[in-house]
Amino acid sequence: MSNTPDVAEFARRIRGHTLRMVHAANASHIGGCLSMADILAVLYARILKNDPARPTDPDRDRFILSKGHATAILYAALAERGFFPVAELATYCKDGSKLTGHISHGVPGVEVSTGSLGHGLPIAVGMAMASKADRRANRIFCVMSDGECDEGSNWEAILFAPHHKLDNLVAVVDFNKLQSFGRVSEVLALEPFADKWRAFGWHAVEIDGHDLERLATTFESVPQARGKPTVVIAHTIKGRGVSFMEDRLEWHYKSPNAAQLAQALAEVGA
Amino acid sequence: MRNTFVAALTELAERNPNLWLLCGDLGFSVLEHFASRIPERYVNVGVAEQNMAGVAAGIALSGKTVFIYSIGNFSTFRCLEQLRNDVCYHGADVKVVSVGAGFAYGSQGYTHHAIEDVAVMSALPGMEVFVPCDPHEVRTITTAIATSGRPSYLRLSRSGEPVLAGSEAWEPRTPRVLRQGRDVVILASGPIASACLEAAEVLASEMAVGVVSAACLKPLDEGFVRELAGEARAIVTVEEHIARGGLYAAVATCLAAARGRPPVFGLAIPEVAGKISTAGDRDALLARAGLSAAAIAQRIRNAIGGL
Ligand SMILES: [Mg+2]
Repeated sequence: MSNTPDVAEFARRIRGHTLRMVHAANASHIGGCLSMADILAVLYARILKNDPARPTDPDRDRFILSKGHATAILYAALAERGFFPVAELATYCKDGSKLTGHISHGVPGVEVSTGSLGHGLPIAVGMAMASKADRRANRIFCVMSDGECDEGSNWEAILFAPHHKLDNLVAVVDFNKLQSFGRVSEVLALEPFADKWRAFGWHAVEIDGHDLERLATTFESVPQARGKPTVVIAHTIKGRGVSFMEDRLEWHYKSPNAAQLAQALAEVGA
Repeated sequence: MRNTFVAALTELAERNPNLWLLCGDLGFSVLEHFASRIPERYVNVGVAEQNMAGVAAGIALSGKTVFIYSIGNFSTFRCLEQLRNDVCYHGADVKVVSVGAGFAYGSQGYTHHAIEDVAVMSALPGMEVFVPCDPHEVRTITTAIATSGRPSYLRLSRSGEPVLAGSEAWEPRTPRVLRQGRDVVILASGPIASACLEAAEVLASEMAVGVVSAACLKPLDEGFVRELAGEARAIVTVEEHIARGGLYAAVATCLAAARGRPPVFGLAIPEVAGKISTAGDRDALLARAGLSAAAIAQRIRNAIGGL
């Protein structure tokens, strides 16, 4: 795949931006940003048909970030994609900046504000439904956290989408196995996770959420099952790319200090 | 009211290809009129109000106007955060419609009594709040909000509510005078205005009581309310809702700082904690709450007598 090196470079850059942003703002959620870095890189560098010059094009692909706390990395991806200047990332969480700690639709390229969990998927379902009604060829992508799959509202939407044959809808679960107070398996087990989605009528695929090529081919081939929405259960590692953050719960909260930032940037190659 | 709403909405949807109706598996023998004529823009989302509100926001953010419909507490409280975040924060063109306002569901009990909904909906930023008193207001308001482009709450009762005044055109965001009278002015919201008209008649030999339907609680036409208050000895609000956060709160807040204003008396459903519902139809429950026509008349008489 000829574009993969570009995607890898995109992933490196947004990891670097995110580390700097979270450090400068003394902000949280670096772990959940890094776990979906590769997913976002593939989507924004390769998959999504959304032109920064035509942000209200009704035929654009929609991207909904339902895990709205993992925001620095999406802002970084949008800036790299040209929705606003990369220099603006330095204002993240600063007084008066539109780059708020939970994702804001005041930021160019952001479709909806989230932050309270369990909201993104129903909205994405509505967008998929409207696109179908208008016979548009676009696709709706919604990235969710594993922890937010505790929310009943998601399961209402998971029940609803296959009933209406919304095969233009792609849910991506950043399955990093950690939620805010511990291991998903200990707080509220989701397994057998893919089977649950399948039982509700979804086409479910489980992949390595850090395999750029596999992510790209998976997203490109959606819908793989006509008439069924797709869920991509992306097995990821929280804090991926920074050795001392990987699979560590505390990096849901902590912000890297200067020394940690330097090491982290060196490790991600940014 | 429900049938008038659905008839009006169906007419609008037949002309507007972007108008949708979602329901939470409620509306049997009411919504079929819309569903049979416009099946492609009617969705029964099932018994899942959070999803209904989120889906409505997603459809609306794709350039549509979406009405969502259920029983009072279900279309409001059950999906409150979706209405706050997904609908209001985004200014999504979603209209929340509830049926069974106040005690309309009578013997069905507490879960079905929508008596705090106006307060909660009024607290949401950008949400217009409408409580029509008769079918004429329902039709006018439905038509107005269908093209407003912003979130609205429309609170309906059930069926059989009488038309309370002439059906001449009226601007739905201004109060509508149902009966002239300047000694005491009753501001009423919802079908309880009918009892207010009866009360005014009972009191006719003692004082001239005007009755005004304040169907639009938010934004409240404050200029109109101050003007009404200008010459009256007292303003009385009557609502099928608790006073906190409802019509009384809105009117009292509007008049509080007005120089030389008359007193404002609020007749509303009492707030009671821990009281178990007992059966009774709407009229019986209203009577127990001190909101029968006779009770309204007597309470106004007492209030005026104490001035
Ligand atoms: Mg997680």
